[in-house]
Amino acid sequence: MYAFDFVKPATLADAVTALGQDGAMPLSGGQTLLPTMKQRLNSPETLVSLTGITDLKGVRREGDALVIGAATTHAEVARDAAGDYPGLAALAGQIGDPAVRSRGTLGGSIANNDPSACYPAAVLGSGATIITNMREISAGDFFQGMFATALEEGEIITAIRFPIPERSAYAKFHQPASRFALTGAFVAQYAGGVHVAITGASESGVFRWSEAEAALSGNFSPDALNGLSVPAKGMIGDLHGTPEYRAHLAGVMTRRAVAAAS
Amino acid sequence: MPKDGIGASTKRREDIRFLTGNGRYTDDINLRGQAYVHFLRSEVAHGRIRSIDTSAASAMPGVIRIFTAEDFGHAGGLPCGWLVTDRFGEPMQEPKHPILAEGKVRHVGDPICGIVAETLEQARDAAEAIELDIEELPAVVDMRKALEDNSVKVHDDLTSNLCYDWGFVEENKEAVNAAFAEAAHVVSVELTNNRLCANPMEARVAIGDYDPWNEQHTLYTTSQNPHVIRLLMGAFVLSLPEHKLRIVAPDVGGGFGSKIYHYAEEAFCTHVAKVLRQPVKWTSTRSEAFISDAHARDHVSKVELALDKDHNFLAIRSTTLANMGAYLSTFAPSVPTWLHGTLMAGPYKTPLVYVNVKAVFTNTVAVDAYRGAGRPEATFQLERIIDKAARELGVDGVELRRKNFIKPEQFPYQTPVAVEYDSGNFHATMDKMLELSNYANLDKRVEESRKKGKLRGFGISQYIEACGIAPSHLVGQLGARAGLYETATVRVNATGSISVLTGCHSHGQGHETSFPQIVADMIGIDASQIDIVHGDTATTPMGMGTYGSRSMAVGGSALVKATNKIIDKAKKIAAHLLEASEADIELKDGKFSVAGTDKSVDWAGVTLAAYVPHNYPLESLEPGLEETAFYDPNNFTFPSGCYGCEIEVDPDTGKVEIMAFTAADDFGVVINPMIVEGQVHGGLAQGIGQALTENCVYDENGQLLTGSFMDYTMPRADDLPVFKVDHSCFTPCTHNPLGAKGCGEAGAIGAPPAVVNAVIDALHRAGHTHVQHINMPVTPARVWAAMNSK
Ligand SMILES: Cc1cc2nc3c(=O)[nH]c(=O)nc-3n(C[C@H](O)[C@H](O)[C@H](O)COP(=O)(O)OP(=O)(O)OC[C@H]3O[C@@H](n4cnc5c(N)ncnc54)[C@H](O)[C@@H]3O)c2cc1C
Repeated sequence: MYAFDFVKPATLADAVTALGQDGAMPLSGGQTLLPTMKQRLNSPETLVSLTGITDLKGVRREGDALVIGAATTHAEVARDAAGDYPGLAALAGQIGDPAVRSRGTLGGSIANNDPSACYPAAVLGSGATIITNMREISAGDFFQGMFATALEEGEIITAIRFPIPERSAYAKFHQPASRFALTGAFVAQYAGGVHVAITGASESGVFRWSEAEAALSGNFSPDALNGLSVPAKGMIGDLHGTPEYRAHLAGVMTRRAVAAAS
Repeated sequence: MPKDGIGASTKRREDIRFLTGNGRYTDDINLRGQAYVHFLRSEVAHGRIRSIDTSAASAMPGVIRIFTAEDFGHAGGLPCGWLVTDRFGEPMQEPKHPILAEGKVRHVGDPICGIVAETLEQARDAAEAIELDIEELPAVVDMRKALEDNSVKVHDDLTSNLCYDWGFVEENKEAVNAAFAEAAHVVSVELTNNRLCANPMEARVAIGDYDPWNEQHTLYTTSQNPHVIRLLMGAFVLSLPEHKLRIVAPDVGGGFGSKIYHYAEEAFCTHVAKVLRQPVKWTSTRSEAFISDAHARDHVSKVELALDKDHNFLAIRSTTLANMGAYLSTFAPSVPTWLHGTLMAGPYKTPLVYVNVKAVFTNTVAVDAYRGAGRPEATFQLERIIDKAARELGVDGVELRRKNFIKPEQFPYQTPVAVEYDSGNFHATMDKMLELSNYANLDKRVEESRKKGKLRGFGISQYIEACGIAPSHLVGQLGARAGLYETATVRVNATGSISVLTGCHSHGQGHETSFPQIVADMIGIDASQIDIVHGDTATTPMGMGTYGSRSMAVGGSALVKATNKIIDKAKKIAAHLLEASEADIELKDGKFSVAGTDKSVDWAGVTLAAYVPHNYPLESLEPGLEETAFYDPNNFTFPSGCYGCEIEVDPDTGKVEIMAFTAADDFGVVINPMIVEGQVHGGLAQGIGQALTENCVYDENGQLLTGSFMDYTMPRADDLPVFKVDHSCFTPCTHNPLGAKGCGEAGAIGAPPAVVNAVIDALHRAGHTHVQHINMPVTPARVWAAMNSK
């Protein structure tokens, strides 16, 4: 690790100011950022911790939506979203291990947009809105491929607004070593139709499987997916699975998510 | 009998300190004024070093000095401890293994410079400022390509990348070929034994210290065998006399073989501490461990089995390419040869065996022994080919094995591959495994799984292995450059407590608990009266350390010998005290008595007399009570057993789940059943890890793709079932005083073929009969691909 300065502001305004300096980076749970710093792959001059800002934390209901602060940990989401949005809470409860869940945060995960991460599937699959200190961004516009997002320099995610579906579920197939999603499917049924978001599989990051959405909107059952498949082209191939395998898993996991959705 | 004697499941006394975070590992040691070492390692797999400019880096804050190969011009290379002679009678090719890269880098992770600075971060900063000019050369990773005539050479001064071409038993080769030519059935399979990283929980650490006033070097290191390190590094690398070199290996957090070897970082820290007159410390990061700890296995084999019309095994023929990596690690050449070929008869009475092994240099990390070392490779070949034979012949695998087993009454049994098995009962362990796993009801369980949409299968593996590698004169003839005896000193204190000084080293095996049980049992005193001292060449007699499941069979036997000497002398003292004849003295429950009388003296009375010899036969007996014994075994020990693995495959994803695993082992006499069970659990976890998850993968340019736990899959608790472990079917070892055989590696040896056989069984039962074999690790992706290949 290189030497760096550390600040822990108590307000969003102070955080924004601190992030205005050259070489400053936001730090949330640190579960992604700190390992890269230890390996000297990242060298911020100042780390601006977001976890001391009360406004960025917590799960609250706002009408038909659940608004979750960016600095809310996975463990808190697993606990506090369970009543209103059990599909989302269950997803959070499957991220990493207890240590990761009690440190890692929703905002950090979304900002990082790891192609194998779980949360992007729920955010995209819920048609959620990403709220920053500057604006509101729809999920569809936010994710822009592997590790790429619509965030601008110095922009901080403050919260995510998740419309609550009638039913939803996440089915995750582990990459055996990291236990991130080798392929994961998030399925959510809304009055206006069904959303299916697939993570872990595609070279362009999380994506919506529109064919499946159309089929499920007419008939929300695993059988509705018969005959449908995700093309292998554009899927990730690595030592844990070929593009064909991931494409196949997208179908299997979607089916399982539909079966599990309650 | 004392409550903690032989056979008692005494709880491990060392666990209290380990589980409460109070172990003292090498990294817990910090010496006054110590500096920190960071190694600049090669990022390319193969390259010529054009220049190294350390001038800017040397001027950076906190930098004490930067060392390169030039600073080790006086030192020898890291020695190889085993010389293999090839099938033409020629010695293997043995390249130099420098401490720091000389002229060329040969694998990712090859150390080039050692930077010493006041802090670790300063050393890392300086490493980034070193100007390296390396001409990248094409790398050779694939063993077959490495053996092609026009291949790039890892070592320019060798004739090729072939280390040796070994044949065993060379004289049998023609007879084996003839047997195949005439056989009614021939079965063959090509398989790989996947490359592994040991990944002990504690990564390696080395701290060098030098006392100029006594010209005394001390190396604190994470080693399984401190005396071996002292001998190799002192005599062959740094030319330091042993009385000026002390090696301390304190608590060591797992080794599994990877901490047997003498590593460059140890020699570096020892030497540099003297140059700088300052202690220096190096602690490996996990990332560094992946590219600098010896790797394991990495064999590509073809094995063939010839059978007669009645399905008797006629001959085995096996050809293997064994990856040595870029350099020869300490015992690397012995693993695919003497630790592998000698086990290729297995528990079967196959009369003819021929094993050919070509060891190959590649631009990868050196490969050496790892839990099982050679025997897992042999067992995997045998148990896979027999499983395949049973399928092809349409016979029951259990019956095919039984028919060909060496029978209990045939021991001692001379195999066609040099070794003589002293004991065993393969029928008994097989029957026990079948009983405990409820094999008889398997079909019902398969049907229940089928109803749930899962494919269930059962795999069997019957292994025999060789532990306690010995005797020294034989292994010397086979090329070992070390003796393989073990030693123990029993130091009885004046008031009767005992310190046992052993040349073995405990790094998870529980010696601190099990060794005292032997002495307690023999003398009849409480085990709490006895402590083990190990891991420091300054305090323990010269022993060979712990690997190859040798500690109990060899070290424990040395301890029995030394304790017998103590008892003999103590009886003489007791006879004097009791004014009786020595022949009439009996020792029972820690008390010496005169047979047929009520005259007695207790243990502490005798030990006190030995050190306060007021009433003592000084004219015929020295005072004191301390004895040392060296024990060099007559033969290997041969643990054996039968494993059954029951799995379910999820046909949608290819994921394998282990539903049950049963191990029926013959370890001979067991000292502490609970510890033995724990050793089996650990071995099974590693064997299942190899079979299902672990894989060390390089790309074609020699970059390690599995350089962290994000990609290298260690088995986790939820990958494993609750094991059923039994060791009731034991046949005592006939040639050591304990009757013990060794249990540390069995799980890792026997488990992999049981798992793979189970997966193949599940697929065949479900009609996927085109799947003949799946290479380890049997990952979900591979199973799914195999099921869907046509
Ligand atoms: C062992 C392990 C297992 C894991 N398993 C999983 C898994 O199964 N599934 C999964 O999805 N993830 C997994 N993760 C990742 C984990 O969920 C991380 O917590 C998450 O990806 C990053 O969140 P964080 O709060 O730790 O972010 P940090 O590491 O603090 O930050 C990550 C990045 O986001 C930026 N950032 C942080 N917060 C904000 C913000 N509010 N606005 C703008 N930018 C911000 C940071 O500057 C940094 O670049 C795992 C991690 C580990 C270590």
